[in-house]
Amino acid sequence: MLRALPPVILALLLAVLPLLATWTTVVLTLALAKGLAVLGIVVLLRAGQVSFGHALYFAASGYAAAFLAGSLGGGEVLVLLLAGLATSLLLGLAIGWFVVGYRYIFFAMLNLAFSMVLYSLLEKFFHITGGSDGLRVPRPTLLGMTLERAEFELGLFYLTLGLAVLAAFLVHRYLASPPGQALAALKTNETRLEYLGVSARAVFLGGYLISALLAGLGGTLQALVQGLVTPEMGYWVASGELVFIAILGGAGHVIGAFAGALVYEFVQIYAAAFAADVWQLILGTVLLLIILFASRGLVGMYQDLWRRGEGKEAAP
Amino acid sequence: MTPQLLWLATLDGVAYAALVFLVAVGLTLIFGVLRVLNVAHGSFYAIGAYTAASLGIAISSGGLPGWLSYPALILAAVLIGTLLGSLIERQLLARIYGKEEVLQLLVTFAVFMILEDVQRLVWGVQPYFQDTPLRLLGTMEVAGVFYTRYQLLVLPATALVVLVGLRLFLRHTLQGRVILAVTQDREAAMAMGIDAHRVYLTTFVLGASFAALGGALASPTTALVPGIGSDMIVLSFAVVATAGLGQVEGAALAALLMGLGRSFAVYMYPEFEVLMPYLIMVVVLLIRPQGLFGVAETRRI
Repeated sequence: MLRALPPVILALLLAVLPLLATWTTVVLTLALAKGLAVLGIVVLLRAGQVSFGHALYFAASGYAAAFLAGSLGGGEVLVLLLAGLATSLLLGLAIGWFVVGYRYIFFAMLNLAFSMVLYSLLEKFFHITGGSDGLRVPRPTLLGMTLERAEFELGLFYLTLGLAVLAAFLVHRYLASPPGQALAALKTNETRLEYLGVSARAVFLGGYLISALLAGLGGTLQALVQGLVTPEMGYWVASGELVFIAILGGAGHVIGAFAGALVYEFVQIYAAAFAADVWQLILGTVLLLIILFASRGLVGMYQDLWRRGEGKEAAP
Repeated sequence: MTPQLLWLATLDGVAYAALVFLVAVGLTLIFGVLRVLNVAHGSFYAIGAYTAASLGIAISSGGLPGWLSYPALILAAVLIGTLLGSLIERQLLARIYGKEEVLQLLVTFAVFMILEDVQRLVWGVQPYFQDTPLRLLGTMEVAGVFYTRYQLLVLPATALVVLVGLRLFLRHTLQGRVILAVTQDREAAMAMGIDAHRVYLTTFVLGASFAALGGALASPTTALVPGIGSDMIVLSFAVVATAGLGQVEGAALAALLMGLGRSFAVYMYPEFEVLMPYLIMVVVLLIRPQGLFGVAETRRI
């Protein structure tokens, strides 16, 4: 039970923060939305794979929600979320069918290639997608209620928080379940997995679809809270950010995805103001430092502190 | 499409393929020996291009004769390949050779992120344009189409020289054979007394120089803007994957295929210009997952 405590405390803290400081509402929503997408990367990392193109699903679902909201003159948040999820599911099936046959370099780069294709399509077909200016997303109703801006943002925050908690719980259960364990076996010994009569392809496709759905959910929520979608959502920089946050939080850790996203989003608010020109440079440097010196990320540092506090030896 | 346009598209495609080949051959060479896919490879291309443009501008503003801009292209490539290449290989890659493949990918990706901003800091976001090497050679008529001599002759000739030279180097010199030996079996080569780490360094510098040369040669033909590096790494990966990882001659053919595919798309369906290389890659990989010339690797238990 004690192990479940930190996530619960984190969720409760997040739930009251917007009531204490209103300005944090949008930032927290953005961070959680990104955290959902990062969770998708974490699922892939469990299989020992990394995708340099998962912003593809982030952007595609965001645009799907934007198109639908535009044609409905707003629509309903839950309907838009379903549309976003359906988009990433279909895309994930089509692309996943192809890429799950590959590992490591090929897997990473093929995902990157697909995301570059989507990015350039979003930019080139400006009469449909608004080009680099993107599309506005008219404010939808939330659970049938037409809300003012502030109330809508608060409502959307609690919806996002609820979805994040639900997703974290489900992914946690998934990773502990037989399919999740089989996914982890892709990393440790794929051949043995096949000898056990388990289809590595099916296992990986399952994990890939879950990661695509999570990225799509995050993208839809970001589109809704920002009221805007731009091709930048699908650029390689965005994909790199997702991978970066996953490593920052602690590769392969569910709570790490959200902890990493929260730290990242708040640091970005302050840092981007005076370091916008060198933002990628800072990210790259930190990424190198984490990989070379603290490969378990924030979660690992937290666990080390915890152990030291109890006077125990660090686990081998 | 008139025959004249068809011919023009072919010339465009060949010139472009020559540049892509130079970058891709560096990528595939590095992968073949180090077994690391260098995501930062596109940055070598971009930085090589910017350096060549800066040197060219310095030469023309210093009042020096224009022909000096040709050696400046080579100088930029060698400079960037040697300095940046050896720095990255020695200080970073050497630390991660034994680690997981995912970590190796992430390290080169981190280097790529850093170098993207370094470019922006050094050269800014304004487009750079320096076309002295292109203008000096002028244009000539081929079968009714006027085309620049630089793109018609210099680019394909350089690519051919690199292709043939690399083959001769790898097959017929001691240093080249040592590289091939490490590619085929690192442990056996090391047991024979070959210093694998020196081979890694030479190969990485050589590969980085090819990418920088591609960038330097491309600089007179196009305006340099931020982002050319990221486009190029994806494109050259597409070429390398289509050919089969580690295949030098295959990369030349795949580059030609993609260069032509792209330029025909430019004239016929301009919206699909960027899609073309990926379409070719996906079709090839669907039929032959190991690439056109790749050898299927047996999985080790």
